[in-house]
Amino acid sequence: MARLTPGRWAVLGLAALYFLVPLGASVIFSVDVNGSITFDAYSQIVGTGGFVSSLVLALELAAATITLVLLLMVPAMVALRLGAPRLRPVVEVVCALPLVVPPIAFVAGISTVLKWGPDHFSRTPFFQTFVAIQNPDFPIVLVLAYVVMALPFVHRALDAGLRAIDVPTLVEAARSCGASRTQALLQAVLPNLRGALLNASFLTLALVLGEYTVAHLLGFQPFAVWIVDISGSQAQMSVAVSVLSLLVTWALLLVLAALGGRRAPSRTVSRGMTTP
Amino acid sequence: MTATLTGATEAPAPVAERRRGRRTPAWLAVAPLLVVVAVAFGIPAAAMLNGAFTVKDQATGATSYTMANLTGSLQGAYLTALLGSVELSAVSAAVATVLGLLLAQAVVTSRFRALREAVLTASGVLANFGGVPLAFAFVATLGNSGVLTQHLGLKDMGWDLYSFSGLALVYLYFLIPLMVLTITPALEGLRTQWREAAQNNGATHAQYWRHVALPVLAPSLLGGFVLLFGSAFAAYATAAAMVGSSVPLITLQIADALSGNVLVGQENVALALSLDMVLIAGLVMAVYLPLQRRSARWLA
Repeated sequence: MARLTPGRWAVLGLAALYFLVPLGASVIFSVDVNGSITFDAYSQIVGTGGFVSSLVLALELAAATITLVLLLMVPAMVALRLGAPRLRPVVEVVCALPLVVPPIAFVAGISTVLKWGPDHFSRTPFFQTFVAIQNPDFPIVLVLAYVVMALPFVHRALDAGLRAIDVPTLVEAARSCGASRTQALLQAVLPNLRGALLNASFLTLALVLGEYTVAHLLGFQPFAVWIVDISGSQAQMSVAVSVLSLLVTWALLLVLAALGGRRAPSRTVSRGMTTP
Repeated sequence: MTATLTGATEAPAPVAERRRGRRTPAWLAVAPLLVVVAVAFGIPAAAMLNGAFTVKDQATGATSYTMANLTGSLQGAYLTALLGSVELSAVSAAVATVLGLLLAQAVVTSRFRALREAVLTASGVLANFGGVPLAFAFVATLGNSGVLTQHLGLKDMGWDLYSFSGLALVYLYFLIPLMVLTITPALEGLRTQWREAAQNNGATHAQYWRHVALPVLAPSLLGGFVLLFGSAFAAYATAAAMVGSSVPLITLQIADALSGNVLVGQENVALALSLDMVLIAGLVMAVYLPLQRRSARWLA
């Protein structure tokens, strides 16, 4: 293998160049005004119209999406581990379906449905529902769309977490120690899923904060849409915000990776002990 | 968060247990998920399917079933866009497959554990990162007034980021890491014994790769390529933020049609285009899943 070493370093060097240069160049682009360095693009971000409201909207959407998707998925996945083998493939397929429908095709379907409101239901009480879910201050329709789009990621994260623990044995052990079924699930199963829950939440958070397609085409303005909207008039600031949002997202995902990495060994040990 | 979660986990189980024994809780716990997916995903999907086959007569307001939308979506500018998307995805996925394999191999055979961990973690982060910030990072680097474009005088050399090859270059930024993640387990599954056995039988390095390693890796490589293709095919935000509509792509055409830029009588052509995309994405999954299963056999 020794003779391959120069080739390997060339590959790694080129990869580092390709992945790091755009980041460095973005930082230079955002601070360089006609040759002099200024941090105006960063210091003016907060004061720019729409920044706070779009960021708050994105964070609210993320919080609602994470809550809803975990509320739906955790009970379902835990229950499937405890029984009902015939339901397992159903849930698997349901969670993989969004992968077959690209976001742009999904939003085409959603906007068709939303047009039914004024077209068919305008004289019924049902019409109010259409108005309510499209409230621009908090569009519930986006939360529903994001829940669907997050399903594959959340399913994968929870499945990996549940694979690492033996849920039936854990529940039985807790029950034989005198815990009620509620207590067994709350105090034995959920704490063991903390890593998987964090994982699922972070991935959903990254998805919602960066989501552009659905929000833009339905006419709402969360964070990613705002960045594009200001790019026409303030190119430097849009790059500055992009750099910041990248760094924040990466920091979040790195924390997640670090948590996952540290947990991995202990998981395999506990698995080896619980499954004979 | 935990508090709200647990409420839902608990509520159905005890009630059902008292009434019907142990089999019912699973249904009760899964039902909310299925209902929400049916509403939030099923209705839009059904609407898309239905709309792709219907036209509305402007004069009478009556709708009728027809294949006109679908045939329209496979003609003229729409066909160009569909082919452009397929070509862009295929080219960038193929390049990313080769480069991802090289990078993964360089990392897997490295003696430095820290380097491996760092590259794999970075890949996990970068593969999840496409969209708007990526587009702007490249605009700032290689766009018309980008840092590299100006300092290296790339414009005089005919460089244009807002083109087919420019988009492919940007797509590689999330496709290569995705390939590294996909192929690394397969590379780790290549046993040292196989290489040694080949060498003992007098095989050269090239012969080992051609007759042993690549055939074993083939399902993983092909599966990875298909996954990358699907990912590039569905990408919209990056292209929209970067090129507007100067490159013909099906995602940009759908967005355009949704915003109302269509001929009279073709209002539903966006839905037909979406159906085309779903069919291609479905085909991608139909190829990918068996390949993934096949490659998993070698890694067991």
